[in-house]
Parts: sequence; structure tokens; C-alpha cells
Amino acid sequence: MTPLSSGALTISDGRLALSALLILVNVGLSAALHLGLTRSLLVASVRMVVQLLLVGFVLEWLFRQDHAPLIVLVGAAMAMIAGISAVQRTRRRFAGIYLNSLLSVMASSALVTGLAVTGLIQPQPWYDPQYLIPLLGMVLGNTLNGISLGLDRFMEGLRSGRDRVETALALGATRWEACQEVVRDAIRVAMIPTINSMMVMGLVSLPGMMTGQILQGAAPDAAVRYQIVILFMIASATALGVFGVVGLAYRRLTSADHQLRLDRLIG
Amino acid sequence: MDRLLLLRAEGLKRQLGDRLLWSQLDLELAAGDRLGLVAPSGAGKTLLLRALAMLDPLQAGTISLQERPPAAWGLPRWRSMVLYLTQRPIAHGETVEANLRSPWKFQELRGRGGWRSERITGWLQALGRDPSFLAYDAERLSGGELQLLALLRALQLDPSVLLLDEPTASLDGATTAALETLLIEWLAAGQRACVFTSHDSEQIQRFATRTLELRP
Repeated sequence: MTPLSSGALTISDGRLALSALLILVNVGLSAALHLGLTRSLLVASVRMVVQLLLVGFVLEWLFRQDHAPLIVLVGAAMAMIAGISAVQRTRRRFAGIYLNSLLSVMASSALVTGLAVTGLIQPQPWYDPQYLIPLLGMVLGNTLNGISLGLDRFMEGLRSGRDRVETALALGATRWEACQEVVRDAIRVAMIPTINSMMVMGLVSLPGMMTGQILQGAAPDAAVRYQIVILFMIASATALGVFGVVGLAYRRLTSADHQLRLDRLIG
Repeated sequence: MDRLLLLRAEGLKRQLGDRLLWSQLDLELAAGDRLGLVAPSGAGKTLLLRALAMLDPLQAGTISLQERPPAAWGLPRWRSMVLYLTQRPIAHGETVEANLRSPWKFQELRGRGGWRSERITGWLQALGRDPSFLAYDAERLSGGELQLLALLRALQLDPSVLLLDEPTASLDGATTAALETLLIEWLAAGQRACVFTSHDSEQIQRFATRTLELRP
């Protein structure tokens, strides 16, 4: 594997500032069409720049560390942020939703990333932050989307399908018999983006990580191999995370007495 | 001879937020009873029927069927025996017959009698409907036809207690009368009882063997 540290052209501060002018396209469009997005666009731009510059510093520091517990702790913090953000995109909540999301994100990403660094990519040592952290980041970013979609779809599905679910319950269905369509639908919807992106991978989209590696001078073949491993990691972690979070939400919004507990839903 | 006691509820209570709908509610249903619930809209008639079917958690009190609590029966079995029919019946987009057959797929009902088409067509005839009704697309039924579908879907399971929430709200007079007759025959054919609500006070006088008034 070509080391990631070889040279792509460096972008000077001046040109970096110049690139920010591209956002004026969005601002102009928003102003012309009264989209009301100007403020959000500017805030988002500033946040993006500040967060990335900070992350640059943090990563430089982190990649020099050689202390397993510290690196695992950083990974856990990343998973925690992902778990919380996943819930913030849903329209409704229930007590315990954050815990459910955290558990699902952490368990799925730890399992899949753990398998990848110990079995598939095998950096030495396994916790080498230069591998572990970006891999985990890719997995988390995608699992987060799946969990948001799955949770949101599940809660909306129970709300809009309430009469149907309760009709089945009233006729003697178990909670699983009454809810399984809604559960299946939520998991299916949550997996669509992952499957779509795998379908057109390389044809329509060149993933960011691969582009980065190639710009850094890595052989395309090597970059592609990483990409394949990562996509499989993303697919499995998303599936596990979505399955976990929808399953936990199902248990929370129904009861052992085979009742639908939409009264636990807030919003 | 005493009639068989089916359902017994003691000390039931229902509160919505700060509003107490009913409390200290006792109820006994024996075979052959047709109990009419009397209360203004919003007084919690539907919630009482839902509570008896254990579709909502009980806020206070106990219920039992033939002296056994719901947990002892198992909740799916309880609901197939204390069967609640909603005000807004739901069918899925297949034929009426497929909808009528659907409950027999549930784990709880699989081992029981199962689908008996001659029984259903007999009931349809009693309600003034042709057997071709079974082939209709359930999603295109009128509100009244949906209520008939829901009623037959429930009757075929032979529950001990039928909980009817405005069962004739969308039906014409002739079908309403036919439905009442059919229900009376069905109730007489076994150890069965029903609880019902109606906006029509004449129907309550005509059909109920006794009434229960809900109050806080």
C-alpha cells in the first residue's frame, strides 16, 4: 500500500479563500429566488470550514498517539456524536430514543470496524489511528443516515398505520404479527441509500476517500481495493445499526402485553 | 338457572391528562347480555371498549374472562375472545374474502376452526348481500360495507364478548335491522355477550338488554 503522506499539490491559504467564493453561487440563487437559505448557507459554510480546520489539527495530533485506550476513546466519542445526530433528524421522539440510537451505532460500528482492522486491513498495531479513525468515520457517517431514515420511517409508519396495526391486534395478532410490515418497511427504506450508492459506485460517483487517495498519489488499484472493503463495511454496519435501532424502537413502542404504545411517542 | 358469567371488570378508571373520564367502574357480563354504553361524545365509551380488549394499559382495576385474567389467557387469545371492533374499520387492498381470511393466519388462530365459506355466505344473505360481495375489492367498499366486512371478520372467530363501537353508524335502516337480528341469533348460538355504543338512542332502547352510564 502506498503511504498516504506522499505529495499532492498543496493548496495555499489564498486559493483556499478563493474557493469560498463558490458559495456565492448558492447565496445568489437563494437571494434571487427568495429561498430564505442565505443565512443557513453562510452558517453551514463557516461551520464546515472551522470544523474541518480544527479536525485537521486534531488528526495531526491524534495520528502521533500510540495509546490504544485513548484512540478507542476518541472512536467512542465519534460514535456518540453520530448516535445523537441520528436522532436529531427524526420528526418524533420517545423516551430512551437516544440510548437506543447510541447502542445501535456503537455496537454495529465497533463490530464491523473491529473486524476490518483485525481481519481485513490489519494495520500494525490494530488501533493505528491513521487507519482506525478514518475507517470508523466512514462507517459512522453512513450508519447515521440509515438510522435516521429507519427510525423516522418506523415512527411515522406506526402513526399512519395505527388503525391497521390495532385492527390486527384486536383480532388476536401478536405485536410482531401486527407490526412486521412497518418494521420491514422501515429497514428497507433505511437501506436504500446504501444499496443505491453501491449500484452506481464508480460510474456516477467517485467516493471522496478514493479521490483523496488518488490525489495523494496512490495507485488507483490500491485505492479501489480500500473502497471495496469500506463499502462492504458500510453496508453491513448500516444494516446492523438499522436493524438494532428499529428493533429497539419496536420494543419500546409496543408492550409485552401486545399493545401499541404510541402514547410514548412525543411530537 | 343462572346464566354463565363471562366478563367481569372491577374498579376500572380512565384519565386523559387531568380529565377523569370514568372511575370505580364495575361491570359484569353474562351470556346473552347486550350491554349498551350510554354517555355523551368524548365521555370515553371507545376508551372503555379498548380497555376491555386490553388495547390500552389499565390505569386501575382488574378484568377477567370466566374468572381468568388476561395474562393467564395470553393477550392475543384474550383479544380473540373479547373482540373489539373499531369505529373506523380497516381493510387492506385485496378482495373481501382475502380480508376475511386474514385473521386465520395469526399464530393464535391457526389451529382453530378456520375459514368456513358457507357460514359467511349465510350471514351475507341475512344482511341482504350477494355472495359476490366476497370478490369485491375491499379498498373500494363504502363505509357501511366496510363495517359489514369488519363484523363478519369478527363473528367468524366466535368471540365470547363482542365489543361494538358504533357498529351501524354508516348503515341504512334495513341493513341495521338485519344486522341486529343477525347479532341476536349469533349471541343465542353460544355462551356469548356483547357491549355496544350507539348515537341512536332508539337503537339502544331496542337492542340493549341493559345499559351502563359512564360518569367520572
